[in-house]
Amino acid sequence: MDVSLVVEQFLNGFQLGIILFLMAAGLTLVFGILDMVNLAHGSLYMIGAFYGATFAVWTDSFILGVVLMVPAMLVTGIVIERIALRTLYARDHLDQVLATFGLILFFNALTRIIWGPEGVVVPLPDFLNGSVDLAFGIVYPVFRITIIGVGLAVALGLWLLVSHTRIGMLIRAGASNRTMAGALGVNIPMLFTIVFGIGAVLAGLAGLIFAPIQTVFVGMGEDVLIIAFVVIVIGGIGSIRGAFIAAILAGLIDTMGRSFLDVLLLVFLSPNAAESAGPALSSMLIYILMAAILFFRPQGLFPPKGR
Amino acid sequence: MIAGINMKSATSWMTLGVLVMFAVMPFLAPALGEPFYVKVFARVMIWSIAAISLNLIMGYGGMISFGHAVFLGIGGYSIGIASTHGLDNAWIQWPLAIGVCAVVGLIFGFISLRTRGVYFIMITLALAQMIFFLSVSAEQYGSDDGLNIWQRSEFGVAWFDLENALTMYYVIFAFLVAALFAMWRIVNSRFGLVVRGSRSNDLRMQAVGFPTYRYRLTAFVIAGVMCGIAGILQANFEKFVSPDMMNWPVSGELIFMVVLGGMGTLIGPVVGALVFLLLSEILKDITEHWHIIFGPFLVLVVLFARGGVVGLLTTGVSRE
Amino acid sequence: MSDALLSTVSLRKSFGGVVAADGVSLEVVPGEIHAVIGPNGAGKTTLVNLLSGLLTPDAGDIVFDGRPVGRLSAAARVKRGLARSFQITSVLREFTAADNVALAIQARQGHSFKFWKPALEDLALRQPAATILAQVGLADRADIVAGNLAHGEQRQLEIAMVLATGPKMLLLDEPMAGMGIEESQRMVELLQDLKSQYTMLLIEHDMDAVFALADRITVLVYGREIATGAPADIRANAEVRDAYLGASETD
Repeated sequence: MDVSLVVEQFLNGFQLGIILFLMAAGLTLVFGILDMVNLAHGSLYMIGAFYGATFAVWTDSFILGVVLMVPAMLVTGIVIERIALRTLYARDHLDQVLATFGLILFFNALTRIIWGPEGVVVPLPDFLNGSVDLAFGIVYPVFRITIIGVGLAVALGLWLLVSHTRIGMLIRAGASNRTMAGALGVNIPMLFTIVFGIGAVLAGLAGLIFAPIQTVFVGMGEDVLIIAFVVIVIGGIGSIRGAFIAAILAGLIDTMGRSFLDVLLLVFLSPNAAESAGPALSSMLIYILMAAILFFRPQGLFPPKGR
Repeated sequence: MIAGINMKSATSWMTLGVLVMFAVMPFLAPALGEPFYVKVFARVMIWSIAAISLNLIMGYGGMISFGHAVFLGIGGYSIGIASTHGLDNAWIQWPLAIGVCAVVGLIFGFISLRTRGVYFIMITLALAQMIFFLSVSAEQYGSDDGLNIWQRSEFGVAWFDLENALTMYYVIFAFLVAALFAMWRIVNSRFGLVVRGSRSNDLRMQAVGFPTYRYRLTAFVIAGVMCGIAGILQANFEKFVSPDMMNWPVSGELIFMVVLGGMGTLIGPVVGALVFLLLSEILKDITEHWHIIFGPFLVLVVLFARGGVVGLLTTGVSRE
Repeated sequence: MSDALLSTVSLRKSFGGVVAADGVSLEVVPGEIHAVIGPNGAGKTTLVNLLSGLLTPDAGDIVFDGRPVGRLSAAARVKRGLARSFQITSVLREFTAADNVALAIQARQGHSFKFWKPALEDLALRQPAATILAQVGLADRADIVAGNLAHGEQRQLEIAMVLATGPKMLLLDEPMAGMGIEESQRMVELLQDLKSQYTMLLIEHDMDAVFALADRITVLVYGREIATGAPADIRANAEVRDAYLGASETD
């Protein structure tokens, strides 16, 4: 295997990690602050992608598609929170799992009715549709570099929001001790709505920026959702920092595993065995990672404090 | 004593009624001009066994596994894989499948039961998805297209041939009755009381001297094996296995069946599976987008009917 | 005092930056009621959690009945005869009072990997359960679901479950918590009755109860033991008074 391939796959893994982080960030906030299992977060990912794709087609501009998607997702997220999820906060986790499972079925059916079963293809603008020569002969698509850049910018923004603003302080207070935050006179329902709206936008963004690589289809959020769950469990529920580290880790391990595990297995196994075991094992890698981490740290890498 | 006397007799009648209905269905359905419903009811019984097994850990043990369908898949694939290699003898196939389920149950339980609450839900989900993706990537066993089973398990007895539809139906029925009976004994045994006590208050159970982890783990393995048997039956009945039978929505549906029927009640999971499958058959006839009705229905059940069907029919008896 | 039934050696436990047990060394001799008092946040419940095995100490050890138990699981300590009650009533709410006690008895009758025989009609469990319920004064409440019992009755049931494990020593975490005067009085009488049979470590906020029951008292403040002695000595101890006045909390 040559170095440029390794670097390329490393970047691909990093980029997958960024997308996982956008998913996981909203999920871990909702989890940490609202103590709410929201399976429908995967639906937000899907809805965001469909919104963005539709806006992009209407306006004939990918950028405008992204820009319009943000307020649309914010509104959608808030509406979903107000109508459906608010009643679930006080329920136990089983109720939340079941009810949001019902929401997934509903949103998938609704999306299929509105957009049809074929899905939508998102056209990439020309300026994102090329490759650049990074160095040492490594050529990498502009669009993927853009994803990494946008993702890092959002991560940075989120970090600034959480650690340097008043709302961030409230979010942190809420994540570590809800009763305390309530006692401090924080408008908890409002805080929840805001957090949920932010989570919805982030999930929609993740769905949309991944769309040109994957196409937009009904049910697209579900695989990502489950990996995002793995990510927040590894990172420690409620921890943005944990989510970031775990997301990058999962992205890298998954991508690198798929590319190089069979080569690595050749050291131990016959070519035949390595070729068949490689894909099977690499698809299991992040789950094995999760099991291993939880075995030693049942509350993840950055466990929530005060609970 | 724990459940209350009234509820006991009401649910006993319900159990009897449901079982009689299953028993006569192969004759009743053709007589009513709906022979298709024999197949539907065979499926209902298979799902019932899976839901009964989930009810042991979830309803009685408080362990909300969001990956229980993995045992359907493992039981089914054990049969499918054995069959592709020309091994059709049930006396080898079935113990093999059960053994694999027990080992996987032990490993998954060992890992997941170290955690609680949301973490447990997520980990069971992730571990199950791991096996799901394994089956998707197993090219020699059909990947996501699944695996046809050309020959149902052979018991080597001339008059006992699963290829005979009626025999197949009553084998499933027998396993359902056995599962119900076993569950009734287990949840009222000393073991069952420890598992139920641990659901009610695990710390308290430890503080009176029960090392609850090993009891919960045992329950997890029993549930896995029982669900694996449902998988064995499903593989034989459908003559087909695919990754979809253990994908995560199936685990969600199993949870829903248990809740719909009534968690922690003996007959609840069977009633839940029955209502679930009949309702989806009916809705599918109305519209291909039947989930647009079914999804909100699920939400409404969660919000307003947490006791499930059994809970609704036995009102007046308080249950937690 | 090497004849202590229970002794701790420099027991330490901290949560993040908060030290909840800071080198606690205490000894409980057979037959005594040893009370542990202190203002809120003194680490009393942490101490019981450490002793009963729900928490693992960061440092130090616990010796019970001549053997170290500091690394044993909660269940294993109960088997050795060290049983506890909880400050926040902790019974199996969906089970009847008799079922609660029967389960505790079941725990001491060997393992429960018995999958087939009905346990609810098992006389080997029901009869001793009835005896113990009578002992704590709940004989006529045996078939009531625990969640429906009055608060004071739940506290009595809590004690019954502790007794059902067949203990040598009781760790009682605020048995009078949330009780009215009359209920408290009944509990004091019950504990006085039990005194002849069991050694007890008693954590309690109700000072009347403490001084009525305790043979010796240890005062904890911020995880530190500041005094141990007979009730009269503790009452006279200036440092103890400062601690209580300083914290000004008496529930």
